Amino acid sequence: MGAVFGTAAGASLLISALILIALFSKGWEFFTDADWGTVFGSDNWAPRQGEFSISTLLVGSLIVTGIAIVVAAPLGLGAAIYLGEYARPRVRRVLKPILEVLAGVPSVVFGFFALQWIAPNVVGRLFGEEAGRGGSMLAAGIGVGILTIPLVASVSEDAMRSVPDALRQASAGLGARKMTTSLKVVVPAAVSGIVAALILAMSRAIGETMVVYIAGGAADQATFQADPREATLTMTAAMASLATGSDNVVGAGLAVPSLYFLGIILFFFTLLLNLLGDRFVRKYRQAY
Amino acid sequence: MALTTIGHSGGAAQGAVAQALKGSRVDVRGKAFEVGLLACLLVSLLVLAALISSILTDGLGTFSDRGVDFLDAGLSRRPARAGISQGIVGSVWIAISVAVVAFPLGIGAAVYLEEYARRNWLTSFIQLNIRNLAGVPSVVYGLLGLAIFVDALNGFTSNSGVDTKTLAAAGITLAVLVLPVMIITTQESLRAVPQELRDAAYGVGSTRWEVIRKIVLPYAAPGIFTGSLLSIARAVGEAAPLIVVGSYTFSSGGAGLNLNNVFDPSHLQERFTALPTVISNWSKAPQPEFKVDLAAATILAMLVFVLLINSIAIVLRNRFEKKRSG
Repeated sequence: MGAVFGTAAGASLLISALILIALFSKGWEFFTDADWGTVFGSDNWAPRQGEFSISTLLVGSLIVTGIAIVVAAPLGLGAAIYLGEYARPRVRRVLKPILEVLAGVPSVVFGFFALQWIAPNVVGRLFGEEAGRGGSMLAAGIGVGILTIPLVASVSEDAMRSVPDALRQASAGLGARKMTTSLKVVVPAAVSGIVAALILAMSRAIGETMVVYIAGGAADQATFQADPREATLTMTAAMASLATGSDNVVGAGLAVPSLYFLGIILFFFTLLLNLLGDRFVRKYRQAY
Repeated sequence: MALTTIGHSGGAAQGAVAQALKGSRVDVRGKAFEVGLLACLLVSLLVLAALISSILTDGLGTFSDRGVDFLDAGLSRRPARAGISQGIVGSVWIAISVAVVAFPLGIGAAVYLEEYARRNWLTSFIQLNIRNLAGVPSVVYGLLGLAIFVDALNGFTSNSGVDTKTLAAAGITLAVLVLPVMIITTQESLRAVPQELRDAAYGVGSTRWEVIRKIVLPYAAPGIFTGSLLSIARAVGEAAPLIVVGSYTFSSGGAGLNLNNVFDPSHLQERFTALPTVISNWSKAPQPEFKVDLAAATILAMLVFVLLINSIAIVLRNRFEKKRSG
């Protein structure tokens, strides 16, 4: 029986290998044939016309991810401190499922919500009706941020729970108030877990596709844009729109290789962040 | 006498100290901090409320006007006739594919890693690999599906080789997508089985396979079941990989699909769409009937499905945790 189960475990290695084979066999053409001057020099992403400005997409991804972290970090961390340090068990049992339900909502639903509700009601109110009409980086970023709140909250609450009670008692014994204990003892002791939560949230936000695809405001091409109130494509949204349009991944010359090339960038970007996050998680597990 | 005096005055001192510690002033900053933290949590609640209410206001109209017809009708360019039967068929078969492919592989891999594998470099490499696979963006799994399951293995996932972008290819792609999470949650349930139970079973002469089959798996079953349900819920909500694998949109395919033949396995060889991709396509349509009303109505249909699976999982887990701790 052991061999059968071992094969199943080996399947996970096969999947990783297949992902790499898929990405490089189909994306390699982009490495060799693309005009690298325009990939990082031009400011137009229009793959069906042969214009591949990946810097446009990179900046779009970074802005959306940045907005998402600005939304998710305080809300997720605040929720985690409340659940971990303040909430009585009964209150916790009532409030924790909010985050679990939020985590269970499919991202395509957040895409719809970001376009139909966040854009007019949040972006529109903050920056004027014009900015709230249709999708924008801001609407998409806020949507992605809400989506990552449960991740930030659960990883950082985990870290704070693994802080030994002795530290809290010692702090209370010195006369510290609960707020002081939370902020000056528990949070610093759990800092590596909190950093891990933020790194993993960043990785999640960069890879999030549907919210940006639906609420990012751009169709299948984009020009360089650094103003978050404007529409753009991120790497993921560009991949989704390359794959739709006429039911097929179609386009001139390098369009298909560019799809896989974006996959390569995304894969290694998130791999790096996940490995980094993993290291930080282990650090707090080792400490206590 | 002296002792009681000390005891008495000691009590008074205790009271005084307690009084001084408590202080007469309310800890305003501390209270404000606590309220602020609670507010962070309540923002999530408010967002959830806004999300549900906006979907209900936009989506319920379609159901009250058309009822079951909306579920039974097919995709159409005309909003008044468009329905989601093909989406339902696709989502049902994706759930089935996940159950058939990811459950046995996921449970098998977890049993191997927890019960059989030695702690060596290969095992820890497999573990690291699984954790990383769990973090790979879903759209990248779509590329895996397109390059491998659609292009390279098309003889296996489709019958004719002409329509290679089949429901089978999509189902396998999503099964592979949830596999790492499935393995991780199963491993956690297996780890929660007390070692004493295994030792006792070995002590009365059971083989390793008997211990796993009769002791470990039954004890871990509720946890594994919860993880499996969550995997299905996750797969049913995924849109990005399906778009990349090649779900169809308005223009093509899907004739002949309706609610009466949902469970006909020949769908696996046909081109596909699913509820999340229908939502995505309609959300990006120019007409407000599609973009707002029909997209919201489809979200309602999908959310009922997904949230039902999720809440069963959460209830099961809570009951399970209570039983164990009590």
